[in-house]
Amino acid sequence: MRQGPSAWLLLVPAGAWLLGMLVLPLVVVVVFSFGERGAAGGYVPAFTFANYLNLGARWAAFRNTLTLAPLGTLACLIIAYPLAYFLALRAPARWRTLLLILVIVPFWTSILIRTYAWIFLLGGQGIPALLEALGLGAPRLINTPFAVLVGIVYGYLPLMVFPIYVSLERLDRRLLEASADLGSPPWRAFLQVTLPLSLPGVATGCMLVFILLMGEFLIPAMLGGGKVFFVGNALVDLFLQSRNWPFGAAVAAALVLVMLVTVTLYMRLVRRWAGGRDDVSLM
Amino acid sequence: MTDRTDTMSRQKFMQELWRLKRGSVTRRHFLGVTGLGTATAVLAAAMPGLAPRRARAQGGIGNRVVLATWPNYHDPANFDAFTEATGAFVDVNVFGSNEEMLAKLQAGGSGWDVFVPTNYTITTYVSEGLIEPLDLSRLPNYDPAAFDPRFAGPGTVDGRIYAVPKNWGTTGFAINTSKLGGLAMPTSWKEFWDITRAEFSGRTMVHDYQLTTIGNALKYFGYSFNSVDPAELADAERLLIDCKPHLFAINSDYQPSMRSGDAWLTICWTGDGKQMNRDMPEIAYVLGREGGELWSDFYAIPKGAPHADAAYALIDFLLEPEVNARESLFHGYPVADSRVNALLPPEVLNDPILYPAAELLDALEFGAAVTLTDPNRAELMARFKSA
Repeated sequence: MRQGPSAWLLLVPAGAWLLGMLVLPLVVVVVFSFGERGAAGGYVPAFTFANYLNLGARWAAFRNTLTLAPLGTLACLIIAYPLAYFLALRAPARWRTLLLILVIVPFWTSILIRTYAWIFLLGGQGIPALLEALGLGAPRLINTPFAVLVGIVYGYLPLMVFPIYVSLERLDRRLLEASADLGSPPWRAFLQVTLPLSLPGVATGCMLVFILLMGEFLIPAMLGGGKVFFVGNALVDLFLQSRNWPFGAAVAAALVLVMLVTVTLYMRLVRRWAGGRDDVSLM
Repeated sequence: MTDRTDTMSRQKFMQELWRLKRGSVTRRHFLGVTGLGTATAVLAAAMPGLAPRRARAQGGIGNRVVLATWPNYHDPANFDAFTEATGAFVDVNVFGSNEEMLAKLQAGGSGWDVFVPTNYTITTYVSEGLIEPLDLSRLPNYDPAAFDPRFAGPGTVDGRIYAVPKNWGTTGFAINTSKLGGLAMPTSWKEFWDITRAEFSGRTMVHDYQLTTIGNALKYFGYSFNSVDPAELADAERLLIDCKPHLFAINSDYQPSMRSGDAWLTICWTGDGKQMNRDMPEIAYVLGREGGELWSDFYAIPKGAPHADAAYALIDFLLEPEVNARESLFHGYPVADSRVNALLPPEVLNDPILYPAAELLDALEFGAAVTLTDPNRAELMARFKSA
């Protein structure tokens, strides 16, 4: 069907927004990344690859991000899938809306405040004190990678639950009946029917969580005690402490590139798992 | 944090609300006791239409002044009094390092009217063209003769006064002595880093601030706090990375963890040491025998401050000796103004946390401008944090 010119008008608001808020800033980032740091910080125009050649100096930050982001995504998935399954297929229908609202309730409070609350929960007078009272030892929880993982799962869980819930909720129950009629035990029906059909939701949820985690800096800063350093933290320091804008721009550009590569690989992988089905839309 | 804001229970709030409804108290009393008055003030800062009109009568400095400062560094009651007197609300932004303040001003559009730079940064602000000389005729409460020149000096660059002194202080460490367990009280930076890797493992905090964290690691070896010598910095880096697994956190906001008992030892500024020691006498403030930092903070006005009249009014108000004395009593940082000291009780003036013994003080160094802009110190800090 041919589109009249008026159809393109629909794209104008989003297009203008993306141009002004995404494309132009990205151009600035790329231009800055070839510049030099001023004597007192900031940006001095130049054309040098030095900032990119120096990226190794932030390798540890990339390594931490590329370890904890997939790990956090996986932890979210393991916890979210059974929950979404319960909500979509097992919860009594009249409770479902209420339960879904309960999943969203945490979003009513700022992530900053909720993460601050975890500082107290994981701190020496919180959960460790409780465990000690129960005679289970007093492990150090706060300011460890484990605390960061807890904060990540807590903060990102709803983003994983909802896409999986939606895909499970749309599931045609008759397929499960047919599978049972043909002699599949429930676990097999799950593996052969439910799981493959919920894959689009899983793929979307993982993508959402993973992409956001790659840019995370608040949770590691607050629950990692400044000792767990993500690329996001490296960027904050480069712009707000050492004022090395060109190097910061190069790190940001590298992060965008790493994300593009990982996300492309991930999409290919998901397509292959899905057996070449083209209904696995990712977003 | 010394949180002096009285919180009130729900019952008490409802009681007050009913008293207001019955007409037994005025609206003003209600707003005052419930803290809603302050909340309204905050709201009003965002919505100028809500601000009281009384301000105009005072000569029109506007209804708002934006202050960029440090944590736990002002008595909120003084800001309320300023608003009461002038009609201008003080909008406070808190920062954790001089680098962060400089970054914000360099990026432009900070919107600040007054900020609080530390001695060693002022020459950089001047050379970068980020601050303007002060018009002293608009600061009648500033009396240069009353200030100790050691602490007021850095505000003058090339013979022009760009900044007037706020407080001075030291950077030492705070230690929870109840956790020593028979260990001798540490008195040096050498011991600070050594017990961090031994008895106090997992309990030490250092600032998320290159000047003090690197500076005090340099003191372990007896180097200058301000060193930018590559070999000396390499030694400091080895020490920091060796200590990192033993640290509780890298964070300049150390009071909550020290007070909760999670952390036992931290790099610490005078006023934080005083505030913690006031509430928990087992927390002691120690100056490393090898030295460390002596500093002086200033009030300055950024170039292009949107409410310059209010900026001068606020600085002048805070420099008024009575107000300044109340500030000092609240936050526990000494003032270099002899007029203020005349108003302070002798136990404050003899407090060893605020006014350390001369031989300890003599070992201290003022931060050097080069540390602010030296890229190697910044990179060292990044390697330490990501290690």
